[in-house]
Amino acid sequence: MIDTLRLTAYEAATLLRNKEISGAELWEAYRRAIDERDGELHCFLHVCDDPGGDGLPLAVKDVIGTKGIPTTAGSKILEGYVPVYDSTVVRRAKENHGLRILGKTNTDEFAMGSSTENSAFGPTRNPWDPSRVPGGSGGGSAAAVSAGLAPWALGSDTGGSIKQPSALCGNVGLRPTYGTVSRYGIVAFASSLDQVGPVARTVRDCAYLYSIIAGRDACDTTTVELPHPVELPEAVDLKGVRIGVPKELNESHGIEPGVAAAVQAAIATLEELGAEVQECSLPLSVEYGMACYYLITPAEASSNLARYDGVRYGFRAAADERLEMYERTRDEGFGDEPKRRIMVGTYALSAGYYDAYYGQAQKVRTVIKREHDALFESFDALVSPTSPTVAFPLGARTADPIAMYLSDLLTIPSCMAGLPGLNVPCGLSEGLPVGLQLVGPQFSENTLFRLGHALEQAISFDPVPERLR
Amino acid sequence: MAIDREQLLKVAHLARLELREEEIERLEGQLNDILEAVSKVSELDLSDVPPTSHPLEVVNVWGDDEPRPCLPVEEALANAPEREGDFFKVPPGGAA
Repeated sequence: MIDTLRLTAYEAATLLRNKEISGAELWEAYRRAIDERDGELHCFLHVCDDPGGDGLPLAVKDVIGTKGIPTTAGSKILEGYVPVYDSTVVRRAKENHGLRILGKTNTDEFAMGSSTENSAFGPTRNPWDPSRVPGGSGGGSAAAVSAGLAPWALGSDTGGSIKQPSALCGNVGLRPTYGTVSRYGIVAFASSLDQVGPVARTVRDCAYLYSIIAGRDACDTTTVELPHPVELPEAVDLKGVRIGVPKELNESHGIEPGVAAAVQAAIATLEELGAEVQECSLPLSVEYGMACYYLITPAEASSNLARYDGVRYGFRAAADERLEMYERTRDEGFGDEPKRRIMVGTYALSAGYYDAYYGQAQKVRTVIKREHDALFESFDALVSPTSPTVAFPLGARTADPIAMYLSDLLTIPSCMAGLPGLNVPCGLSEGLPVGLQLVGPQFSENTLFRLGHALEQAISFDPVPERLR
Repeated sequence: MAIDREQLLKVAHLARLELREEEIERLEGQLNDILEAVSKVSELDLSDVPPTSHPLEVVNVWGDDEPRPCLPVEEALANAPEREGDFFKVPPGGAA
């Protein structure tokens, strides 16, 4: 009997290699888990048939293009769209490692959101408590991994869409250094920030999946080769590692006491493991990060989403005349959040406002990057909560866009600076997972894996939701 | 800076969005709230700070100019809402 709630990808690979289970049996175990639990959780927008072979199954966020498999980005405007080519990350997973695409996971429409409630196809629910959100935008991938519906998954992260759902669902998610993972074949949201990354139950699995997808791709000229190969973490000793605790990220208004307590306990554990811990400061990054992010990303989104015009693919509204066709297609095809961001972005880029909004936000971005660069002269990594709160109830923030935007307050600054960030579960508050965010300088993934792995071993967080044990 | 109904309709036209009346009313309030929140960036004097458009310093990435097979016509048209022969078909003209 394969227990998909507990089996790690690493263990599954070992069982397959030793022929203790067959590829078909493994696939069947996940399909059974999906049949059993996904009616309630709605992690998947599409579930695939077994393509055959002995590779591990992989769940893929629905903004990631998959040849011959519907890819909607959670939007009605892409309903029925079936890509004719694979994204580079999926091609690498399939060709280099034989991974089998298990299905496409739910997401806020065009990855715009923090709860998965903006999906045009209905929300995903948190496996720890189905009355609560799994976070977003990649709530489908995070919830699928925590509910044992997939051994691991791919997500995408613009301002927190991998890290925040991993925090709310109690698993491990990496937003890689900008430029280390190809975006070829990914539905674009804000191209100067979008990154694809792994979601897994353990830090080792997360590192393993990252090693499969990372590296330069000639089809995406923003990618670079990794300066050093990915190392699967082994050591649990953190002697000599210097950790900074930015006070603005740890004492920000809105951080729940239970979240702060779990994170403080984890920081004490890091110290016991030998790390040198010291308080530090990111005064402008946290105060101005949100405003900067909510100018730059809508501006880039308004440009990226211009391609959805009903001409070449996706949904088209009926109209007698072309302009009418464009305008109706976009009004009927996009949901509220993409429309809000297209409107804000178009306004911020329009003549007379460009310098005050978009131009100024790009300068703030420089300030954020410099603040982080300065801290990494003294520290190897920064720690904070990933999300200010544990998973919140469905509907709690849908009426107020700004309250929803604040869900990403603590993940946004490092994303603006192009830095890698790892979420590691560090405890429970009110019976719900709390996530610790580890941020390092560019290309420091191996350090983050090492820290995350050491913490994971020391804390022994049980990633299986209590109600499913 | 606040956005009024007339500006909102102008921006919607630039973005090719035909908004319905109830959407216009809802968006007017929400956009003003969002613009007020993001206007915070103007508090800082950054006149001598250069802009960042991209977090990695990658410049002039060249590729070899080698012909490769491109997407076959049938595949390129596979998702077309409407086609005629080897073309995407759209409704006629108008002032777009």
